[in-house]
Amino acid sequence: MMNRGYYGKFGGAFIPEILFSTIEELVEGFLDARNSPGFWKKYTDIMSTYSCRPTPLTFAENLTKHFGGARIYIKREDLNHTGAHKLNNVMGQGLLVKRMGKTRVIAETGAGQHGVATATMAAKFGFRCTIYMGETDIARQRPNVFWMERLGAEVIPVKDGTRILKDAINEAFRDWVTNMDDTHYVLGTACGPHPFPEMVSYFQSIIGKEAQRQIVEREGKLPARVYACVGGGSNALGIFSGFLNDPVQLVGVEAGGKGLDTSRHASRLASKDASIGVAQGYKTYFLQDEDGQMKETQSVAAGLDYVGVSPILASLREEGRVRFEAASDREVLKALTLTVKKEGLIPALESAHAFAQAFKEAPDLSAEDIIVINQSGRGDKDIFTIADAYADPDWQEFIKKKAKDYRA
Amino acid sequence: MLESYLRERLKKKDILLMTHIVLGYPSFDDSFRIIETMVKAGVDLMELQIPFSDPIADGPVILRANQRALESGATVQGCFDLAEKATRAFDIPFLIMSYCNIPYRYGTKRFVSSMATRNLRGAIIPDLPPEEGQEYLNDMKEFDLAPILIISPTTTIERMKSLDNFARGFVYCIARKGVTGETTNFSDDLGVYLSQCREATSLPLALGFGIKEKADIDFLKGKAEIAVIGSQTIRTMEKKGIDSVGNFIRSLG
Ligand SMILES: Cc1ncc(COP(=O)(O)O)c(C=O)c1O
Repeated sequence: MMNRGYYGKFGGAFIPEILFSTIEELVEGFLDARNSPGFWKKYTDIMSTYSCRPTPLTFAENLTKHFGGARIYIKREDLNHTGAHKLNNVMGQGLLVKRMGKTRVIAETGAGQHGVATATMAAKFGFRCTIYMGETDIARQRPNVFWMERLGAEVIPVKDGTRILKDAINEAFRDWVTNMDDTHYVLGTACGPHPFPEMVSYFQSIIGKEAQRQIVEREGKLPARVYACVGGGSNALGIFSGFLNDPVQLVGVEAGGKGLDTSRHASRLASKDASIGVAQGYKTYFLQDEDGQMKETQSVAAGLDYVGVSPILASLREEGRVRFEAASDREVLKALTLTVKKEGLIPALESAHAFAQAFKEAPDLSAEDIIVINQSGRGDKDIFTIADAYADPDWQEFIKKKAKDYRA
Repeated sequence: MLESYLRERLKKKDILLMTHIVLGYPSFDDSFRIIETMVKAGVDLMELQIPFSDPIADGPVILRANQRALESGATVQGCFDLAEKATRAFDIPFLIMSYCNIPYRYGTKRFVSSMATRNLRGAIIPDLPPEEGQEYLNDMKEFDLAPILIISPTTTIERMKSLDNFARGFVYCIARKGVTGETTNFSDDLGVYLSQCREATSLPLALGFGIKEKADIDFLKGKAEIAVIGSQTIRTMEKKGIDSVGNFIRSLG
């Protein structure tokens, strides 16, 4: 018997027997699609006609001037349909679902972006759709729940465990082991059992392919550094994939939450708090206690608030190929404020982690150096969280009035 | 050896009963009382689950029992202590059930040797297929413990046969798709599935997932050697208290 889906010592497929044949079928379906000559073209066609690919690479002139160091470019995944890189993965898996002849899709979601993307894909392709979302995340990302439901998805609140992304993944697995005959689990990030890490990275590699071409076209050379936020790791692996074999520093930025010196963060690779374990079908670094029980994580960004991390990234860290840093909630809000003011861009709270780290490093680089930041998504969805962080009195007044109208 | 104990026992009974509890739920003292009640009511072997924060193969009843146990401070060490107390007090075989991360973090070999020292007879780890569990399987062999492997209705006959190469003690056949605690349809299909399992292995067959009452167990007589009761005893305990668990188990015989 063979061990598959390993990246160094990370990855694998730690699945209950009931899923074995479903995973086999998925591995075959994915390899078959990937090896079929027209498949990537079909994928890029749909991404250019239904979404906005290729997404632009924006020169951030004002931020560059502000920091007086490296030339800052921003890869605009926020301009994807539904507002984040999540659609890349979802449309790819959607094409796969059609090839495999399944009729229902399920997904977990943290920030709600992956849920909205999956519900959108399901609406377009005519699949039934169920989304699992932790109660805590529903509270912080309610507008996304509204849209998922409008798109025809059933949104099931997850009330067990820590009631965030990890618990939503568990519930999606419980659905899948029951309904695998007609159902595909559209996992939203490069985690979980083989082949998900490989498959999700494959679809997200469209970001890196474009970014590499675009920066060379614009500047005639490669960037010195590329920054991406890391929840499960899909947008980071997507953009990094375009530069892995080049002399480019790759920087993954995790959620520092209240700070790495507190336990209230979600930093698995940049902090010393994580250790190797096996959960949710794969082996990687997890934030866990001595017994192997998963810990609560914390971040202002629901999409980064996760105990595990892609086995591919865990391996790239071990090889020393990717450097990992953490940005705290406070640093992130500061970076977001600056980006909105200087460039008129509103990064998602998740994406703003990459901006925060890039801003720490940009001043020390020279004007010859180029850096690329992946703006994985747009921040409109975060209006409630951001408004709270600013304690915006006018917004609060508006919400109070709205509540009064509903009570009437 | 676990298998010979089961064969011996089967000379006196048509079908054996295996029950399951989550250690530390609602408390370690209660866990011990439940074990005592079950043994007195005549169960033939027991699965002791070490709680885990993310038990993906378990449905709501067992999932919540895992959470409550952890909230009230259950540790792996505490579970081993209780398991040892059980094996000293009662002479039925006890197995450990848990998820892969628990032995992995403890150190697989150290975990297996701790089971052996405490006279536990085997283990069920639903998220550790043989493909990923070579080290564990070797350690279990070294300490002469039974790795209980799982067969499901989606397992092909070829795979059943290959799983049989690694299994010892008995084979745990899950009755249907899904997680623990949902309803199972005890129908002819189940009979066909069990006869396929029978072809693939010469080990005794246990059937679990969804067994709730005597009729289910009667259906299984002649088709499987062990009936497994999981969520239903937890439900009984939650609704009617620990003492009623004994009556419930006696009502199945
Ligand atoms: C905008 C955005 N960026 C990043 C992430 C984190 O996921 P990943 O690390 O897989 O890119 C999310 C997850 O929800 C997201 O919504």
